[in-house]
Order: sequence, then structure tokens, then C-alpha cells
Amino acid sequence: MMIRANALTKDYGNRRAIENLTFNARKGEILGFLGPNGAGKTTTMRILTGFMPPSSGSVEIGGYDVIENSLEVRRIVGYLPETVPLYADMTVYEYLEYMGSLRKVSHLENRIKETLEQVELSERSNSYVGALSKGMRQRLGLAQALIHKPEVLILDEPTIGLDPGQVVNFRQLIREIGKDKTVLLSTHILPEAQQVCDRVLIINNGHIVAEDTPEQLQARLTGSQRVFIQIRGDAQEVLPLIEHIPGVIRVQLRNQDSLEFETLPGKEVRPAVAKTLIQAGFDLLQIQNINLSLEEIFLKLTREEPAGVIESQK
Amino acid sequence: MRNIWIIARKEFKQFFVSPVAYAIALAVFLIMGVLFYATILSAAYQQYAPGVQVILGPLATIFLFTTPAITMRALPDEQRTGTLELLLTAPVRDWELVIGKWLGSMGFILTILLVTWVYPIILNRLVDPGIDQGVLVSGYLGLFLMVAAFAAIGVAVGTLFSNQIAAFFTTLGILLVLWMIGYPSTASGALGPSLLSYLDISEHFYPTFYRGIIDLKDVVYFLSLIALALFLGSISVESRRWR
Ligand SMILES: Nc1ncnc2c1ncn2[C@@H]1O[C@H](COP(=O)(O)OP(=O)(O)O)[C@@H](O)[C@H]1O
Ligand SMILES: [Mg+2]
Repeated sequence: MMIRANALTKDYGNRRAIENLTFNARKGEILGFLGPNGAGKTTTMRILTGFMPPSSGSVEIGGYDVIENSLEVRRIVGYLPETVPLYADMTVYEYLEYMGSLRKVSHLENRIKETLEQVELSERSNSYVGALSKGMRQRLGLAQALIHKPEVLILDEPTIGLDPGQVVNFRQLIREIGKDKTVLLSTHILPEAQQVCDRVLIINNGHIVAEDTPEQLQARLTGSQRVFIQIRGDAQEVLPLIEHIPGVIRVQLRNQDSLEFETLPGKEVRPAVAKTLIQAGFDLLQIQNINLSLEEIFLKLTREEPAGVIESQK
Repeated sequence: MRNIWIIARKEFKQFFVSPVAYAIALAVFLIMGVLFYATILSAAYQQYAPGVQVILGPLATIFLFTTPAITMRALPDEQRTGTLELLLTAPVRDWELVIGKWLGSMGFILTILLVTWVYPIILNRLVDPGIDQGVLVSGYLGLFLMVAAFAAIGVAVGTLFSNQIAAFFTTLGILLVLWMIGYPSTASGALGPSLLSYLDISEHFYPTFYRGIIDLKDVVYFLSLIALALFLGSISVESRRWR
């Protein structure tokens, strides 16, 4: 394991930002940290990078404890903070030279060239940082995090503020980099986690509410199906009938003539529902499964109760 | 140790692309120039030969007010723009950062101090039989040590702020207090050295360096003040992680 975080808790004053976070990341894995604003993503990353200590709990990166062996950890970690830290009155080259020499990069000149190529900033080598576009700044921030060939890369919402074209490129770049590094990436954008990450950790209100591959998350949730039905007549009247069918939960009226319900995981209830309605003399116009999109899963997990549908996989 | 040098060099270079730094340097030379000109005129009129003190005295006061402006950017700006997060997550020790920042500021201050050397050179040509070289050397050594202490205090205070103006006024406040703290005991005529007048910065400059005397006690005082300020600054950077 490259990263082992154990029972991390952080309090700001008497406000608890994260509580009891435990997770691991393997070598060569892109781990996504997905959660709405204020979930505790930045806080966790700041603890991992040694910027601040947790109130309790511990982190090991590459076998080093973040507090005991802070300098060793900082040597093998590359970090792109949420607000890209740049010096506006330096040139791109000077900036990387400064960060590279603080990190004791050997053959620095070559390495800067290499890194600038990697993030596609070679032509801007002599531009002042203050004159770069938002997308370029983000890439320069990434270059800074890569300059010392870190084993672990920690990126805090790296695509925020980029335009759609840039986002696509940036995600590709991260996937590329993630092939031989451990990458921890935070985002509040679900498709991003889905596209970029090997595994996603959903965090809300300082708690991990789910942890799985993007595919598995979807599969596990869609094990519980949502079904939409439309009848001729008043849906209100059939509501009690449907509620009594085994496997049906959370029946809700949608319209005058339609309603929606969920099923218990793995139950196929549609035939029973159809039979019941027809036997009771209603005309069934429509019955269909609605797939929960990952967006909805995310909303469910972060807005509603955390437990129940998904149990965190250890 | 190498990190100190890297940080100091970067800090030093940044002064030369900063308009504020040029404004400060310009202000020092303008104020000095005006005062110097006025002194020379009145000396010529009253027929006396001014000593090096007419340069050392104003310089000490000018640096009392400008050093906080020179150091106010060092750490507050890193906090404001978020680059402190970069430095504190790079393999840089907190004290390397603080000392590097201080040395970088000292480089800039030393540059200004060296350029003010033109005033004694001019003065030397104007008066007959020339100025007292001993006072010049001890005076500049004293100024250098004193300004180094001002800068160390400025950098240390900067660790507490992300706002330059706040850092400036807090530093200036502390320097003014340290500058005058011995005054009450001197004014009330209390005899013998009191603790307050020992702490007083000006008490370690005017009676000795300013008059051509280099006293080891004063050198030790300034070096201790520098070490203490840099030490507290490092502690403060470290403690901000725990806040
Ligand atoms: N420096 C701080 N002081 C006080 N509270 C903070 C600080 N930083 C973050 N918080 C609080 O901690 C919680 C988690 O914040 P953060 O880690 O920034 O979340 P995210 O990065 O997921 O948006 C939020 O409620 C935020 O208000
Ligand atoms: Mg954040």
C-alpha cells in the first residue's frame, strides 16, 4: 500500500471537518475523492501532504509516517493545492527552477524541459506566470507537483475553473500520469471521478459514505431498481395496492396518473405489479425501469442517509 | 542549509521586480538626500564641520520606519497567495524558510545601505580635514546590526499575518516600543542600567556605535535579538500547522 490513512479526524476549533476516515491507496492506483463542497476533501489532503496534522489518527505514505517522518513524506509526494500556488512575477522556467531546486532535482534543466513538454507548456517557458491563462496556470501547478518525479501525486480539484476542452485534456493527462504513480484526486464532479479514477471514495460531511470502483458503485445501487408506472385513472387509488406487493418500497405519486417506486435489491417485481393492477381492473399504460444515474447515486449518498443501500467495502 | 540559500536568493531577486521595493529605496535616498543637503547648507552657514553623525542619525530613523515595509511582504504574501502551502509541503524545514526570508531581505537592505555610502564619501570631500573614518566604520557596523535585528523582527511578525499592512504596522509598533522602552528610566534620571534601558535598541546604538565605539556587549545584544526573533518566527510557522 502506498497510502494508509487510519481513523483520521480533524477539528477546526470545535468544528469537526472530518471524522474517522480510514482508507488505503495502492501503488499505481488513481483514487478519487468525491464529495460536495465542504465535505472535507481539502482538509484530508492537507493532512496527507503534511501541511497540517490530524487531530487524531495517522497516515503512512510509502511506509513513512506523515508526522514522524514529515520530510521524507514531503520528498515523495507531489501536491497541487486547490488554489494553485504560483508566483506571478516569476517566469514559468524560474518558477519550476525554484521548486525543483528546493526539491533537489538532479539535472534540473533537462527535467524542467521534460516536465514542460509533459504539461504542454514548452512554448511558454519564458512567459511570466501572471500572464498565463487559467488552464496554463493549472498545468504549471501540475508541473510543479511532477518536477521531482513523486511516487504519490495529490491533486485537489485540479480541473476546477477550466473550460470544457481543457478539462478533457487535463483528465487525459492525469490518466497518463496515473499509469505509474499513485494519484489521489479530489473532485465534486461525478463524471470526472467516473472517467479518471480506478476507485472512488465518496465523502460527505467528513465521513466516507461509499468506496468502490465507479462501475461497482453503479451496479450495486442499480441492484435496487426504480420503476415508473402509468395507468388510466387515478394513481392515488392504486397506491395502497402496490405498497403491499413484496419487494416494493418507497412508493411515491408522480402525477395524477403515474407513480414511482423502488425495489429491494435484486428483486424483479414488475410482473407482480402488472398482474396486481390488471386483476384489480386498472389499465396499465406503461411500466418501466428507471436507471439511477451515478449523479443520482451521488445525490442519494450525499444528501440522504448514508447507510442502508450501500455498505462501505473494506 | 542549501534551502536557506535558495529561498534567500529568490527573495532577494524578487525585490528587484517589485515596484514597492523601488519605492522604498527611492524614499530612503530622497529623504536622506534632502536632509543631507539641508545639513550641509546650515553647516556652511554656521561655519562648523559636520561629523558622520549627520548621516548615521537620520539613517537609523529612516530604517526604523522602512524596514517593516521591506519585510512586510516576505511571509504574509506567501500566506495570502497560498504559496506557503507549497513551501510547507516541500521538503523545507520551517526555520530554513524563516532564515531564508530574513537573509533575502537583508540582501536588499544591504544593497540600500551600501548605496547610502555615497553620502559619507561626499561629506568627506566637503569637510576639512575629512571625516572620522573610525566613526564611519563603527556607525555602519552598528546600523547593519540594528537593521538586521529590525528585519528579523519584521520577518517573525510576518509569520502571523496574511495581510501586509497588518504586518507592517505590527512590526513598526514593536520596533517603536523597543526603540523607546528605555526612555522613561533615562528621563526620570534613574541611575545605573535598568532592565528596560538594556532592552532598548537605541541604547545599544547611540552611546557606542554612533560615537565610534564598538562594544562587544552591543554586538552580542543585536545578535541575540536576531537569533531570538528568528527562533520565535520558526516556532510561529510551525505552530500555524497546529492551529
Ligand atoms: N481553516 C479552516 N478553519 C475552519 N474551518 C475550516 C477550515 N478549513 C476548512 N474548514 C471547514 O471544514 C469543512 C471541510 O472543508 P474542506 O476540507 O475545505 O472541504 P472540501 O475541500 O471538501 O470542500 C468545511 O465545513 C469548512 O468550512
Ligand atoms: Mg476543497
